[in-house]
Formats: sequence, structure tokens, C-alpha cells
Amino acid sequence: MSTPVDAVVGAGAGAGSGEPPAVVPLPRRRRFSRRVREAGLGYLLLLPAFLIFSVFIFYPFFRNFYLGFFSTPPFPGQPKNYVGLDQYKDVLTSSEFLDSLKVTVIFAVITVPVGIALGILLAVLAHQKLKGVGIYRAFFSSTVATSIAVAAVIFGTLLSPQVGLLQGIQTEPSILQNPDPIINISLPVIRSFIPSVALTAVAVTTIWQNLGLSFILMSAGLQAVPDELQEAAEIDGAGPWTRFWSVTLPLLSPTIFFAFVVGSIFAFQAFGQIDLLTPRGGPLKTTNVLTYYIYDQLQFSKNDGKAAVLAIALFGVTLLLTLIQFQFLERRVSYER
Amino acid sequence: MSVEPITLRGTELSGKAGTEVEAARPGKRGRRLRIFGRYVALSVLAFVVLFPIYITIVNSLLQPSQIAAKSPTFFPTSPQWHTYSDAWSSGHLGAYLRNSFIQTGLIVAGQLVTSILAGYAFAFLRFPLKRTLFVVFLATLMVPFEITIITNLQTINTLGWYDSFAALAVPFLATGFGAFLLRQTFLQLPQDLQDAAKLDGYGHLRFLARVAVPLARPTIAALAVFSFLSAWNQYLWPLLVTKDDRLRTVQIGLKQLRATNIDQVNITFAGTVIAFIPLVILLLIFQKQLVRGLTAGAVKG
Repeated sequence: MSTPVDAVVGAGAGAGSGEPPAVVPLPRRRRFSRRVREAGLGYLLLLPAFLIFSVFIFYPFFRNFYLGFFSTPPFPGQPKNYVGLDQYKDVLTSSEFLDSLKVTVIFAVITVPVGIALGILLAVLAHQKLKGVGIYRAFFSSTVATSIAVAAVIFGTLLSPQVGLLQGIQTEPSILQNPDPIINISLPVIRSFIPSVALTAVAVTTIWQNLGLSFILMSAGLQAVPDELQEAAEIDGAGPWTRFWSVTLPLLSPTIFFAFVVGSIFAFQAFGQIDLLTPRGGPLKTTNVLTYYIYDQLQFSKNDGKAAVLAIALFGVTLLLTLIQFQFLERRVSYER
Repeated sequence: MSVEPITLRGTELSGKAGTEVEAARPGKRGRRLRIFGRYVALSVLAFVVLFPIYITIVNSLLQPSQIAAKSPTFFPTSPQWHTYSDAWSSGHLGAYLRNSFIQTGLIVAGQLVTSILAGYAFAFLRFPLKRTLFVVFLATLMVPFEITIITNLQTINTLGWYDSFAALAVPFLATGFGAFLLRQTFLQLPQDLQDAAKLDGYGHLRFLARVAVPLARPTIAALAVFSFLSAWNQYLWPLLVTKDDRLRTVQIGLKQLRATNIDQVNITFAGTVIAFIPLVILLLIFQKQLVRGLTAGAVKG
């Protein structure tokens, strides 16, 4: 067995190219009926999920392509115009769309790797044989108990110019006139008026809120790593750093890969924290991620057609990113134990 | 330098963990120092992670004027406990919490079942179009929820599910995330196990129930936590499909509490704490199960 994914690819491409199905070769007809039964079972197991997906994800999704062909009239009540692909072209070449795409990518680039790295750090530290380490595990996973609404309320207050821990610094005129390096960093954070700082604030909130989940995932991955390997490496004289890079990290790679793929997808769909922390796409549209842009078109501009086109674009970008990750990252993943 | 290790030995290192480490290496003082360093690192990180929650609890017990004051208060000297009863009674948080639990419970149960079945099919069964279907399942993760809203609302209305738990739960009874997660986990199970089960005459369903699911317990627990949280945290969808206040969930309740108490931030904070306390308790229960399940369930030769 090379890698399970190869096996999957093989099985998908043509049912015969995988490993032999049984130890003892069966007569042809029985083998055939076994294959049919196995396939039948496979479809049956997929059916419940597939039904839900069909009705509540795929149907509404594909309907967007249809909606995208119609431009929404400026006044309600008028009939929708069939404009074909023109709307797609106009929206996707607009600078507003490209800016929004850029913000979305930056947001993902900030939140996903940092979130995963912090998750690994906490998981590795909490994986030690220390007394009372369970309490720290509880602490580290605690942010999962906060919802995005809760996190937004908390950080909105922490960073708010009117109510908040940092407001004393902001209103102190002497400090405003005499900026020192530390204040220079914190001031923009307080105000969150300056472009990209608003996005940073949203990113920090997101990372914090996701930290517990990241920690739980990485811990689950670490728990599956056999202790014997660590101990063997230790006996061989490998220091903690070497053990981390050459034992822990490779064995954790399926989990990390998984976290990367799913984390990126979720980052591209982030919405609640952006809506709550920086209403209307933030100052100068600096937090106008694609999801928010879509929501804005739906909720405020009542432009179904444009929203549909944007939604399709968001989907396309996410799909592309995921395919790239599978193409280039999964090669470095070692599934074998 | 000499004080900390002694207290550490007395309080922390009396258990099994300490003796294990002790047997492994010489150099007691360096080892104790290193262990102490680990506790320091753990504690510093715990502080950073917990600080926002701590300050929320503190703020919930302050008067609004203290929260808005220039010098922040880090400890409530005269805690205003009434903010909690205010938040509870004026916010109807009891009913909201119950609704959240019903919605979330339905979604978690549904997602675990559909994900285990689908993950198993993708990992162990061979059938035409498997890879295509797997990509289709993954693709569901990439469809932003916001796109499906317009049409889904119409579907819910057509089905007559508006203002019901069916509307709150049914669209989320399956998840591509869960199927993916379990596929990855099942693929990591040793081939030997499968072969051995086959030799013992296990069919697929028996292998699934007796071997694959028990061994995947850590992942299933993690998925349950994840499903619970994502269901619990929804607010856009519940807001759209319910009008009846008796069906609304705690996130919306929090939103409403916040909107009605703009000048009383402390009550909003108290409501925030109430909204996340059930989850903290659940997490603490889960923590034990997680740790035990993870160490017992992980495949170790």
C-alpha cells in the first residue's frame, strides 16, 4: 500500500486498479456480485448526506447561475432583465470586486497559518506528562465555548475607542503628541480607523475564537502519535527540537493538512465577526471580504443578480485554492504509521 | 532558584509523571528547572488565552461608569451580581438556551451519523465515481452559506417549515467537513486491522460498528464538539427562519440583549457570560472524555 489517497484515486479511476479485494481469489461471478453489493452499500451510506446536500446546498447553489443571468432593476416591482453573461463580466472586472478578493485573501493568509501554528504550540506544550496538565488543556480549549458573537462583543469592547481597556491611552493628549514606539503600535489598533488595522482586529478576534478548536484538533492528532516513537527518538539522543521537527510534525501532518484545507475554506466564509466588529465592510471597505460583499448586495442593495455572480466567484476561488492545496500539500503528508 | 523546585516537588510532582521523568535522566536540578519552565510557559499562554474571557466576567460585575472609566478595573471590588438576574429576566435567556440546545442536539446527532456513514464509504468501500463523489462532498464545504440563503428560505416556506425546529436543523444534518474528517481518520487505521477483521468474517457494517467507530472515537468526539459549536453559534439562519420568539436561539437573544442595553454594557456582558457558561460546562465534561477516549482509542500496536 503506497498511500491511501493513491488507493482512492485508483479505486475511483477504475475499480480494478486498487489492491486485490480479498486474500483468496473468488470465482468470477461471485467476485462480481460482491463488487455490486459493495458499491450498493457505498451509495447507501452516502445517501443521507447526499440528500441533504442536494436540497440545501447544490440546488440553491446552481440556481445562482440562473439568477446571475438577470440584472436586478433599479426600482422594485419592475421585471428583471435577462442580460446573459454581461453581468458576470461587469462584476468580475470591477475594482470593487478585485479589492474585496484581495481583502479576503489577506484575511485568510493572516488567520489560517497563525491559527494552526498557535494550535500546534499549545497542543505540544499540553501534551507533556506533567501533573495538572489537564487544567491547561481545559484552559486552552476554552475559547471554543465562545461564539463568534461573544468573541466580537469581547474584542469590540477591548478595542473600542469609547469603552475599553485602551481608551485611556487614546484620549491622553500628551501621548498623542509624544508618540513612543509602543503607543504607535497600539493607537491604530484602538481606533481601527486606519485601513488594514481594522482587518487585523478582525483577524485577531478570529484567531482567538478559533484557537480552542485548533488546539483540540492538534491535540487529537498528537494523541494518535504513538509515544513509543517519541521515546525511541529520545533514546537515540534526539533533543526536543529535533524530535518535534522529525517525529511530531511529520506524524501530525495529516491533521495539519486537514486544518489547512478546512481552515482556508472557513476563512473565506468568515462573516459574523466582520459584520459585528466592522459594520458595512469596515472603514474604507477594508474588511469587505467577499462574503460580506455578497451579504451587502443581498441585504442592502437588494441586488440578487450581482450577489449571485459574487457567490459564484467566491466558490470558484475557494475551489481553486483547495485543489492547489491537494495538489501541492498532500504530497508532503505522511499517512502511514 | 532553590525555592520553586522544592514547592514544585511537594505539590506538583508527587504523582506518577514525576517518577517517570525522574527515572529517565540524571541531573535533578536541571530537570526540575525544565519542568518549572514548562509550567511557566503553560501558565503564560493560558493567561493570554483566558484574559479576554476574564475581562468580560470582570466587566459584567462592574457598573457601566466603571467600564467606561479611563483607568480600567481589573478586579470588581463591589461586584454587581444583579446584572446576571437582570440579563436573565430581561433577556429571556432560559428559553433561548433551551431552543439552542434542541437545535444543536438535532444537528450534532444527524451530522455524526451521516458523517460516519459517508466517511466509511469513502475510506473502505470501492464503487464507481467514488473520487468524483468525494470531490462533490468536499465541494459542499466551499459553498458559502450566504449563497444558499435566498433559495433555502423559499424551500423552507414551500415545505411549510417556517418557524419550526425542522427549519433550524434539517439543512445542517450533513456536513462535508465531518465526512472528510472521518475519511482521513479511517484511512489512518492500519491495514492489518481490516485484514484481520475480514479473516474473522466481519462484514462491512460490523467492521464499521465494532472496529472503525471505536477506533475513531477521538475524531468522532472532536467532530461532535465541532458540530455542536458551529450549530450553537449560528445566528443568521435562525434569525431568518424564525419569527416566533419562542423558537429563537441564544445568539439572537444575545444580539437583542445587546441592542436593548446599549447604555448598560455590563448587562450585555453578563448575558454574554450566561451564553457561554453552558458551553464551558459541557467542555469540561467533554475534556475528561476527550483525554480518556484519546489515549484509549488511539491505535497503538
